[in-house]
Amino acid sequence: MPALLKAEGLVKHYDVETGGFLRRSRVPLRAVDGVDLEIQPGETLGLVGESGCGKSTLGRVLIRLVPATAGYVEFDGADVLRLDPRALREVRRGMQIVFQDPFGALNPRMSVEETVMEPLLIHGARRSAETHAEVGRMLEMVGLPDSARHRFPHEFSGGQRQRVGIARALILRPKLVVLDEPVSALDVSVQAQIVNLLSDLQGELGLTYLFIAHDLGVVKHISTRVAVMYLGKVVEIGEKRALYAAPKHPYTQALLASVPVTHPSRRKRGGQARLAGDIPTALAPPSGCRFHTRCPHVMDVCRTEEPAMRAAGPDHQAACHLLPA
Amino acid sequence: MSLLEVDGLTTAFQTSSGQVTAVEDISFSLDKGEILGIVGESGSGKSVTALAIMGLLPKPPARILGGAIRFEGQDLLRQSDRSMRRMRGPGMAMVFQEPMTSLNPVFTIGDQIIETIRAHETISSRDSFKRAVDILARVGIPSPDKRMSDYPHQLSGGQRQRVMLAIALVCRPKLLIADEPTTALDVTIQAQILDLLMDLRDEFGMAIMLITHNMGVIAETADRVMVMYAGRVVEQAPVARLFDAPLHPYTRGLLACVPTLDQDTDRLVAIPGSLPEPARRPPGCRFSVRCPLVVPACSDAIPPLAGVEPGHAAACIRIGETA
Repeated sequence: MPALLKAEGLVKHYDVETGGFLRRSRVPLRAVDGVDLEIQPGETLGLVGESGCGKSTLGRVLIRLVPATAGYVEFDGADVLRLDPRALREVRRGMQIVFQDPFGALNPRMSVEETVMEPLLIHGARRSAETHAEVGRMLEMVGLPDSARHRFPHEFSGGQRQRVGIARALILRPKLVVLDEPVSALDVSVQAQIVNLLSDLQGELGLTYLFIAHDLGVVKHISTRVAVMYLGKVVEIGEKRALYAAPKHPYTQALLASVPVTHPSRRKRGGQARLAGDIPTALAPPSGCRFHTRCPHVMDVCRTEEPAMRAAGPDHQAACHLLPA
Repeated sequence: MSLLEVDGLTTAFQTSSGQVTAVEDISFSLDKGEILGIVGESGSGKSVTALAIMGLLPKPPARILGGAIRFEGQDLLRQSDRSMRRMRGPGMAMVFQEPMTSLNPVFTIGDQIIETIRAHETISSRDSFKRAVDILARVGIPSPDKRMSDYPHQLSGGQRQRVMLAIALVCRPKLLIADEPTTALDVTIQAQILDLLMDLRDEFGMAIMLITHNMGVIAETADRVMVMYAGRVVEQAPVARLFDAPLHPYTRGLLACVPTLDQDTDRLVAIPGSLPEPARRPPGCRFSVRCPLVVPACSDAIPPLAGVEPGHAAACIRIGETA
């Protein structure tokens, strides 16, 4: 089956001003620095990494919410990055996004009905009885009562607002939904409701998800495959059980070892070596393998030569010199 | 005598729609060198409890309606502002969730640490500079003497939280209150900060009140746990006991609803609904409207915190049946 979304050599650099008032210069911030990725129809690809690794930027570049610096993205057969505006609008129907912050992502002056209906109007629908009925169907699907349609965002809790955001993203019946930290801002007791809702909707509507999050437990739960990002690069990608059971990249290993234990009897304080230091700046990423400054297994070759993706098992790859080429 | 004893603390806020209680009848104690985890979601009253102990609740709109807070035997609610100020620093200190908004952006981190020392001690500027460098080194800031002249924006989030810890710890407090100290941080940095907190506890014999919504952080650090819901304590237990035999349906829900790395299930166990706003709390047990075990009697009265064995208590009328 052909991939629903395919990215090759995708790059996004932001120009950042550095230096003082008199020595101002522009330096590229390498948010996404050469990513190859495929998302299969019907799957959920989890995308994890620390803040600043470029995962949110990657999600936005893939659906051309921000323009790419270089590279190629194919969605459903269309060359996304080179479409003219009219064709892009048509393709956009098929790819939508849900944002992290349900407080900031909704217009406080628009009622739920207007918020959810707006994408339909943008794509040519009229305010007909049919459009209103479609909003009602969508609200029901995300678990909101029909009476919610005339209320405003401030009247809702965080979880309910996120349901509105999901309804707005799904009303165009997209094929791909980018979920950018959709449950991170919610209380833990509400997170599970939204995760379950997303799973149900995926089954009912045949959706494909790119699920971006920093919570490794949630990602493991919802994903089919998982990609791990570090400083603008995907360093490991694989089927979720294989990746969580036997992570191959030292960064993935360190990330999983940092997750708090689930029972006090398994405290690991002082046991495993903690990953020291912070993530380096994307303005000047380290040479060779970008993880070499924090890697417990660093070798000479890591400092000079960037490792390519290598097979680590069936449906499992990692970019590390420790793996046989 | 415990280091800290909170007894029947009740606080309220005056709002445009009348007075609402933020915490009600909270009682707990904390010994030297002990880590007490306080778990709850937003609106549960855990931060208000911390601010009341520190004497940092804005009054008005906040009011203490009743109860006592005893620190080394002294009732903090009867202290003057001046003696509270003397107590903060060498007595007790607090770190907040958001290090960016808690640090002053126009002063160097060195200035901010030295200011704290000089507020409590008469000390030469050379000695205070050295103390500040030492504490920065202790909380794991690399090349601390160079970082003294950095401004907060020049540091990463994890380093800012270390600086906050340095400010809190520089006067060697007996009690550290840490309010969601790792929530804004990545997991690799969270692990470093939690290790650091426990090292400091071992080294200084400091007591820590660790406020979090993350059960993993509790499992990793706490000695005892207090679970709060909608302004009240619903369960208290030693940490292993809480994870092995949680009694309150809310505690059970919290432990079950978070997906962990060692589980492999199709569906998460969700707690339906969301936390009630203070003005719309249901009568009787506040968790009753979301509880899977609810019976009509739950709405009759607020269930008292009842002990089932030493150190383990829960506020649920059905614990006899569920234990």
